[in-house]
Amino acid sequence: MENLIALLIAAPLLGAAVLLVGGRRLDAVGHWIGTLLSTTSFVFGVILFADLLGKDAEHRTLTQHLWTWISVGSFQADVTFRLDQLSMTFVLLITGVGSLIHLYSVGYMEHDERRRRFFGYLNLFLAAMLLLVLADNYLLLYVGWEGVGLASYLLIGFWQHKPSAATAAKKAFIVNRVGDMGLSIAIMLMFTTFGSFAFGPVFSHVGDTSEGKLTAIGLMLLLAACGKSAQVPLQSWLGDAMEGPTPVSALIHAATMVTAGVYLIVRSSAIFNAAPDAQLAVTVVGAVTLLFGAIVGCAKDDIKKALAGSTMSQIGYMVLAAGLGPIGYVFAIMHLVTHGFFKAGLFLGAGSVMHGMNDEVDMRRYGGLRKYMPITFITFGLGYLAIIGFPGLSGFFSKDKIIEAAFAKGGTEGWILGGAALLGAAITAFYMTRVMLMTFFGEKRWQPDENGNEPHPHESPKVMTIPMVVLAFGSVFAGGLFSFGDRFLDWLEPVTGHSEGDSPLSAGTVTGATMVCLLIGVGLAYAQYGRKPVPAVAPRGSLLTRAARRDLLQDDFNHVVLVRGGEHLTRSLVYVDHTLVDGVVNGTAATFGGLSGRLRKLQNGFARSYAVSMFGGAALLVAATLLMRAV
Amino acid sequence: MSATAVHSLWTTAAEPISKIPTPKIEYGQLSPTLIIVGAAVVGVLVEAFVPRRSRYYAQVFVSVVALCAAFAAVVALAADGYGTTKAHIAAMGAIAVDGPSLFLQGTILLAGLVALFTFAERRLDPEAHGNRVDSFAAQAASVPGSEGEKAAVKAGFTTTEVFPLLLFAIAGMLVFPSANDLLTLFVALEVFSLPLYLLCALARRKRLMSQEAAVKYFLLGAFASAFTLFGIALLYGYAGSVSYGTIAQVVDGSVTNVDPALANTMGNDALLLVGTALVVMGLLFKVGAVPFHMWTPDVYQGAPTPVTGFMAAATKVAAFGALLRLLYVVLPGLRWDWRPVMWAVAVLTMLGGAIVAITQTDIKRLLAYSSIAHAGFILAGVIATSKDGVSSVLFYLAAYSFVTIGAFAVVTLVRDAGGEATHLSKWAGLGRRSPLVAAVFAVFLLAFAGIPLTSGFAGKFAVFKAAAEGGAAPLVVIGVISSAIAAFFYIRVIVLMFFSEPRPEGPTVAVPSPLTMAAIGVGVAVTLVLGVAPQYFLDLANQASVFVR
Repeated sequence: MENLIALLIAAPLLGAAVLLVGGRRLDAVGHWIGTLLSTTSFVFGVILFADLLGKDAEHRTLTQHLWTWISVGSFQADVTFRLDQLSMTFVLLITGVGSLIHLYSVGYMEHDERRRRFFGYLNLFLAAMLLLVLADNYLLLYVGWEGVGLASYLLIGFWQHKPSAATAAKKAFIVNRVGDMGLSIAIMLMFTTFGSFAFGPVFSHVGDTSEGKLTAIGLMLLLAACGKSAQVPLQSWLGDAMEGPTPVSALIHAATMVTAGVYLIVRSSAIFNAAPDAQLAVTVVGAVTLLFGAIVGCAKDDIKKALAGSTMSQIGYMVLAAGLGPIGYVFAIMHLVTHGFFKAGLFLGAGSVMHGMNDEVDMRRYGGLRKYMPITFITFGLGYLAIIGFPGLSGFFSKDKIIEAAFAKGGTEGWILGGAALLGAAITAFYMTRVMLMTFFGEKRWQPDENGNEPHPHESPKVMTIPMVVLAFGSVFAGGLFSFGDRFLDWLEPVTGHSEGDSPLSAGTVTGATMVCLLIGVGLAYAQYGRKPVPAVAPRGSLLTRAARRDLLQDDFNHVVLVRGGEHLTRSLVYVDHTLVDGVVNGTAATFGGLSGRLRKLQNGFARSYAVSMFGGAALLVAATLLMRAV
Repeated sequence: MSATAVHSLWTTAAEPISKIPTPKIEYGQLSPTLIIVGAAVVGVLVEAFVPRRSRYYAQVFVSVVALCAAFAAVVALAADGYGTTKAHIAAMGAIAVDGPSLFLQGTILLAGLVALFTFAERRLDPEAHGNRVDSFAAQAASVPGSEGEKAAVKAGFTTTEVFPLLLFAIAGMLVFPSANDLLTLFVALEVFSLPLYLLCALARRKRLMSQEAAVKYFLLGAFASAFTLFGIALLYGYAGSVSYGTIAQVVDGSVTNVDPALANTMGNDALLLVGTALVVMGLLFKVGAVPFHMWTPDVYQGAPTPVTGFMAAATKVAAFGALLRLLYVVLPGLRWDWRPVMWAVAVLTMLGGAIVAITQTDIKRLLAYSSIAHAGFILAGVIATSKDGVSSVLFYLAAYSFVTIGAFAVVTLVRDAGGEATHLSKWAGLGRRSPLVAAVFAVFLLAFAGIPLTSGFAGKFAVFKAAAEGGAAPLVVIGVISSAIAAFFYIRVIVLMFFSEPRPEGPTVAVPSPLTMAAIGVGVAVTLVLGVAPQYFLDLANQASVFVR
């Protein structure tokens, strides 16, 4: 059964190779090849899942060793895969949601002449992401980590003729490099500390390592997670990444890749458990980001950017939970999975709306769309209810658990983190209600574009709505399915461990408080966007609103501190380079050049002088040999 | 009294002459050399008896078959264990059959085969009166510019004698690194030198320059041979033998019975030191080490380019092989006397070659100085005096020879009305006009410069590592500095090819026959394979690095 693991990755990798190498002759069938191989991978995933379920909880870890990748002295890296409950969860999410989004893209990208290439990149992404979650050592994980970064870059910039898309792709890539640096430093630290970077040896040696080193490794891993998962302070790329085609936003920048940071932290739980300071940093990052993303989400008029703010915020929840230690790991992953369903569904819904509205993204130009696209409305609505935590739906179960766990952290920290999580829930309810109302309710506000084409909103084709319906089912039922009888907890506990915290509040109180927050958020949004007509041009707004529209000044901050600072640094370095370094280099070059010119004259072309030089050389050789003996 | 009895009064019957033993020759173990010599003789017969029209084809056929057969023989010997466990001294002590011998012979044969392809190339020069011609003079004996020359060209003559000459040279080179006594060494030296002198004189274009180069090479080569021979005489005086093994035993003091005829000289260290210095000098001349390098640029530039490529590669392999055997087998007990001197030679060679190359304007001279610098790098490995030193030198030689032949083969392609366009200024912008040729040449230059993922890097790394471990760290530092200087002029050529504007009257790149393409292709392949995955070949060199004594 282990031998199937490699096939999980091989199928989409084969797809990427075939589609990208195959060239134009595959244009007609390329999208179906991509979808088929993605689904194949999903089927393998399901088979492996069934196999794991048939085993005892202790024996649910499969490994497959393929070959020794690098072997230099004690530096040993293997291509080995590890399938346990944690990676199995990810495999199903990635291949399942991924296959649905492949299917959706068949319709969404129908009129794009580079559709084959798009599917090649999507398959490449799947292969890299599966490698990331199946790797049995950090170095192999790093390969997948870079692979998803590459796929993300290629897909954000897929419409490269748009300068904004090209810039966004570049920005995502560069910001991610900072995080990647963190991961590579973490791996180097692991190698020097543990002498290995395979999961087994690293985790088993945590006990005999100083806390300082573990904290350093933990902080570097956190930096990596911040980059990939768009957490403060490396969050600035995610909003711009919405320049990519909407299926990409749904799959990569909502459901799967951006959660890789959470995976990294949970996978490294042994390290974080032994480094409380690093854990605290993780919770702080999570709490700050969940509020940051939520506030940004409130101010955006672009439907995809509003959802991007929301993604940031929801991943903030997961990171917060992951930072709480064994109290939170399971719930971080549970929220990750339910979020995968409803956020992918929401994005596909947004894509469906854009599809019917001539690619308009400004929600102020929507309104009243529920009549025109009923299926989109219902599936989007279910996703909406799930994300705000409506009782009984997926988001309710997973988010509520995280808020409880935050309070259970105990002490002042517990109150602060719990309070932030509760506040986040209220803001989530506010901005999601805002999105819902501005898009599907109220008066229609669309106008002809500059070419005079008036949008004719219509429902999307079946190939797009079916994935949305399937995801809506997930949004509704996944949470309940996982929670009743603690199924998810029992499933994941052997990998992540679990402990109940010591909560100052009862579970009922927390749930009640969450409901109150939810109602306040929905109410406020309804008061502002439901009862009054939505202005077609955004009002000036308060200082906070204006700052939030500019992503809370993140780019301004980066520009002033990093770009300007960097420019000054490079300018001074260039000065030093020009005067000092070039001086030395040119001086050396001139010296050797002059020497060369002079020595060259010895080569005068006369055999007689050559013979003299040989004779002299021989005499010196003999003399020197004799001298050596004499000394 | 019977006649017999009377006879016995004034004569005594001598012992029957039975004490001169029949020399025992291990034909099988010497077969690589014997095959090549035999083929060379066949080549001479071909010249005598085969009609002129068919000679080219017959010669190429004989040479290719011989080289392949000889290589197969080397491989068979190696597979039979003669490189390792069954290594021994054959032909009554004259020839050593061991790892280094077989490795170097294999290298020389393969390099010779590739060089043969460039010798046989007939598509580069424009057809002369409807006949395809190669890089060699129509009739070597005709005076340049004379009526005789014109008549020979018109008749479509070609000098097919180059093929047996090449084979004779290769035969000498096969014996040179495996020679186990000084006389065999000297004979081999002459056997491979004389054909090379001739080959140098045979260029089709710029014949005066070619002949000048040949005469210079011959004069200086003869001069160096004289030194070597004198050194051999002195060593015989010291040890009473020309055999490597015996000299080594006298050096380390395990032979004490003094030959009465040599009572005055045997064991006299002055003879040993002076003799060694002179023999070593002869070998340093062949590898082109400073200060015995002066012939290199002139000869490399004047000789026909295929010959230059062959000389630069195979001569270096053979001469370094002989040098290694001499220093490691004969003089290990003398290490502390020869090492400092060799240090000085290596330093001078590395720096001298690299520095003078900077201001060269002719691509062949540039490559000549580059080969001098490389001789210095290889000397650094020789000086390591360790098993790693031997294996690194073996690897370096194998890597270097294919790069060199490939690089000179590319030089033959870039031509203008006067033949090969070797002046560097004509190469400006070549990358724009012929990106493939320029890219291939760039690969060779990067290999010369020792950039990672090329064989040059692997070789240089092995050599410097061995030298550093052998206690020659300062030498390594100088080696790295020289590499940096050398990188400057290699990269400059690349910059010139790719980033300069092409000149309007610039040269054209001729489309060669598959022969030259094969030579260049093998060069690129070996360069990249030894660069990307050197381990197998390093292991092979390592297995082959023990001398028999």
